[in-house]
Amino acid sequence: MHVGLEHYLTVSFLLFALGLLGVIMRRNLIVIYMSLELMLNAANLALVAFSRFNDKLDGQVLVFFIITVAAAEVSVGLALIVALYRRRQSAHVEDLTSMKL
Amino acid sequence: MEAINNLLGGSTVPDVLFYVFAALTLLCGVLVIANPFSRNPVTSAMFLVLTIISMAGLFVLLHAFFLAAVQILVYAGAVIVLFLFVIMLLDLKEEERRKIKIFGLIAGLISVGAILGIFLKNLHATNLNAQPSPSIEGDTAALGKLLFTNYVLPFEVVSVLLLVAMIGVILLSKKKLD
Amino acid sequence: MKHELFPWLILFLPIFAAAIITLFTLRSRCVSAFLSIGAIITGFILSIIFINANGFHFAGEISKTWLSIGNLQIDFGLKLDALSMMMLLIVTGVGGAIHIYSVGYMHEDNGFSRFFAKLSLFTFSMLGIVLANNFIEMFIFWELVGVSSYLLIGFWFEKPSAGDAAKKAFIVNRLGDFGFLLGILMVWGLLGTLSFSGLQNQLAANPAALGTMAMIAGLLIFCGAVGKSAQFPLHVWLPDAMEGPTPVSALIHAATMVAAGVYMLCRIFFLLNADALHVIAYIGGFTALLAALIAVQQNDIKRIIAYSTLSQLGYMVMAVGLSGPTAAMFHLTTHAFFKALLFLAAGSVIIGMHHEQDIWQMGNLRKKMPSTFWTFLIGALALSGIPPFAGFYSKDSILAQCLEQKNYLLFSVAVFVAGLTAFYTFRLFFVVFSGKEKSDHASHAHESPLVMTLPLVVLAIFAAIGGFIGITNNYDSQFIAGHETLSIAQQFLEPLHTPVAMFIGIGVAVAGILVAFSLYKNATSDPLPAKLGALATAMKNKFYFDELYEATFVRAHDFIAAVCDWIDRWFVEGFCIGLVRGGTDLTGRALRLVQTGNLQTYAFLFVLGVAVLLYFVLK
Repeated sequence: MHVGLEHYLTVSFLLFALGLLGVIMRRNLIVIYMSLELMLNAANLALVAFSRFNDKLDGQVLVFFIITVAAAEVSVGLALIVALYRRRQSAHVEDLTSMKL
Repeated sequence: MEAINNLLGGSTVPDVLFYVFAALTLLCGVLVIANPFSRNPVTSAMFLVLTIISMAGLFVLLHAFFLAAVQILVYAGAVIVLFLFVIMLLDLKEEERRKIKIFGLIAGLISVGAILGIFLKNLHATNLNAQPSPSIEGDTAALGKLLFTNYVLPFEVVSVLLLVAMIGVILLSKKKLD
Repeated sequence: MKHELFPWLILFLPIFAAAIITLFTLRSRCVSAFLSIGAIITGFILSIIFINANGFHFAGEISKTWLSIGNLQIDFGLKLDALSMMMLLIVTGVGGAIHIYSVGYMHEDNGFSRFFAKLSLFTFSMLGIVLANNFIEMFIFWELVGVSSYLLIGFWFEKPSAGDAAKKAFIVNRLGDFGFLLGILMVWGLLGTLSFSGLQNQLAANPAALGTMAMIAGLLIFCGAVGKSAQFPLHVWLPDAMEGPTPVSALIHAATMVAAGVYMLCRIFFLLNADALHVIAYIGGFTALLAALIAVQQNDIKRIIAYSTLSQLGYMVMAVGLSGPTAAMFHLTTHAFFKALLFLAAGSVIIGMHHEQDIWQMGNLRKKMPSTFWTFLIGALALSGIPPFAGFYSKDSILAQCLEQKNYLLFSVAVFVAGLTAFYTFRLFFVVFSGKEKSDHASHAHESPLVMTLPLVVLAIFAAIGGFIGITNNYDSQFIAGHETLSIAQQFLEPLHTPVAMFIGIGVAVAGILVAFSLYKNATSDPLPAKLGALATAMKNKFYFDELYEATFVRAHDFIAAVCDWIDRWFVEGFCIGLVRGGTDLTGRALRLVQTGNLQTYAFLFVLGVAVLLYFVLK
């Protein structure tokens, strides 16, 4: 079977679902962060596939920006985790329930 | 560049490569979030590297050569290293295998099911017989031309964003937040 | 039309002055007074130039569309005809004199600049009423006049009585304005336009356009005049309004604002049908009689003049009701001169007496305050209707109007009131200016400065000659088609056309003065209560109207308020709001359980939300 857009989209979706499961089920903050990266990559893959099959480079430019923003986001997010860890001595979401009244 | 193009120009080789890379990507992705052998975050990080490298392979199959390179450089080179640094900085022990909460499982499955439903519904509803365009080449020159013409403003804004992120990280990482 | 810009300047200069004074020059008394007086005097001069250039007898209108909602179009326009231009001269002229007088009167007051800002605001509003070319514009300025009147009555707000008087004036006026607004809406609903010229054209084409509602619409609009011109039964606010500074009493509560009701009736005279006019005439007559009776037994110098104002306003309203807008406006004009004069002279007396207002504390001020004495005398003669002073001519034209309409009941009322007017005016006059000094203050009284006496002299001149300088000509050109312009000599002898009215009028006036002379020439206390007994007590207590209103309307109002309070407290707040509040509280408590504080629960809900959103977006 010839590989078409839907194949790439399926891979993208599965990767996204994996990331989602990781975010919802894992409790280690760092792993949750990695799962977020997975989800971002899934989106990237879909965008590049669209770009290829729609004859437009703009999708790839968008991916370029996403990678940049993701890098910035990871650095800030990890800095936050470090700051949080310093204060709470824990990187588990179950220990971080101060939002509850 | 030409060589790779020629190598992948055939009709079946790229398809095979697609399945290989896709399988690799998904397998490593599963191992990132649920490794049956190790609960150590370092293992997850290493599998994330593998996922990203195989994704770069998929990018090459989609003729996005520049992005493939950036993917490896930025993700595998920078982001993952950052993850590893933080893991070591925090000195996270291998966490004890906690029981998976039944609520978490149900919630995850419901979410994935919901997204899957929407995905399939729209995949069916859309006519996807688009053919890969031969003219699209995601090489550095083409992307660079686009970046410095149509997208020059976002490009500049993103540079400011990076600066802001840098300052923010420095501020957050100081010992005292005041 | 020449000098088309001038009317706009005349109208807007005072509000600019008020704004500048309020915003910038509150600390600088000189500049504030200069701005305020400058604005109104400039307005007066511009009015004269404008009238000189265009003549009285042209009728022009400048109009700009202001609001347009559906088929309701409201203009902001200026109506320029004989009626409004005469009023323009009165407001800016008499107002200007009073502005200048205020410099002397308010000299020692801390709120000097504030006072002038409010005077200017009032002048702007009053000019707006005069120049308005449609009902909505007039109503807006009408309310603005009410506001500035409220501000000026309550000028000495630290005195509780002044605050109460201001509130009373405002609330009583609101009652009248409510009817006025209803009337305006009714006219709009029936005729679909609110501009005066448009209404006049429609009614000229089809006199029955208002149908069966004509009388009700007319009377509702008259309600506005009842409030503003203090006619029975809403007359109670005007005497209390004397709590304000005397220039305010002169400007607002004698010369201009209270005349606005009469002016408005004349402006919309074409709207009033015979039945409505009938009611208006009797209300006016009754007010005139009632107020004159009360004035006889008052002892506060300003209150006496205030009741006299009420009485004269009743006269004017009666004249309108007797289909004599010319007579009404004539009397309004002369009344503006001599009543402003009387008030200002009274103010001069009050200042000379160190803020003593009881006439039985005065006496023999003739020697001490000669300018005030002579000008007051002219004002008193004009008010009493002694020829050849202005009041004689205008009062005579009203009496003649009564006879012409063959309404002998109102004629006798008017004659009786004329006699009473002469009586109470000269009672005041003799007690204050002749006889012996009745207190130490009276012995040490002094004449007021020139800045106060000069306006008195100017007003006195007009009070003396106002009857035959062509005022009626201008009003006739407005109301009577094909009238002939009378020369000054003809005007001088005009009353001879109705000798009955003239001789009776002069007779009762002279009789009133003589009675006052015999009773009060050297009196040290009032001899009347002994002679009249209960009637005098009733007069002194204003026929117990305040007490009556207190016992009926205020009580009823309090009762209704208590019921509303109960409903609000127990039904609206207790039941309705309680239900909503309780429901919100309960829902909130339930929803609080969702807030687990667990990041992943939030993530899960977030994904669900995104899924729902995507489902609908991608449908």
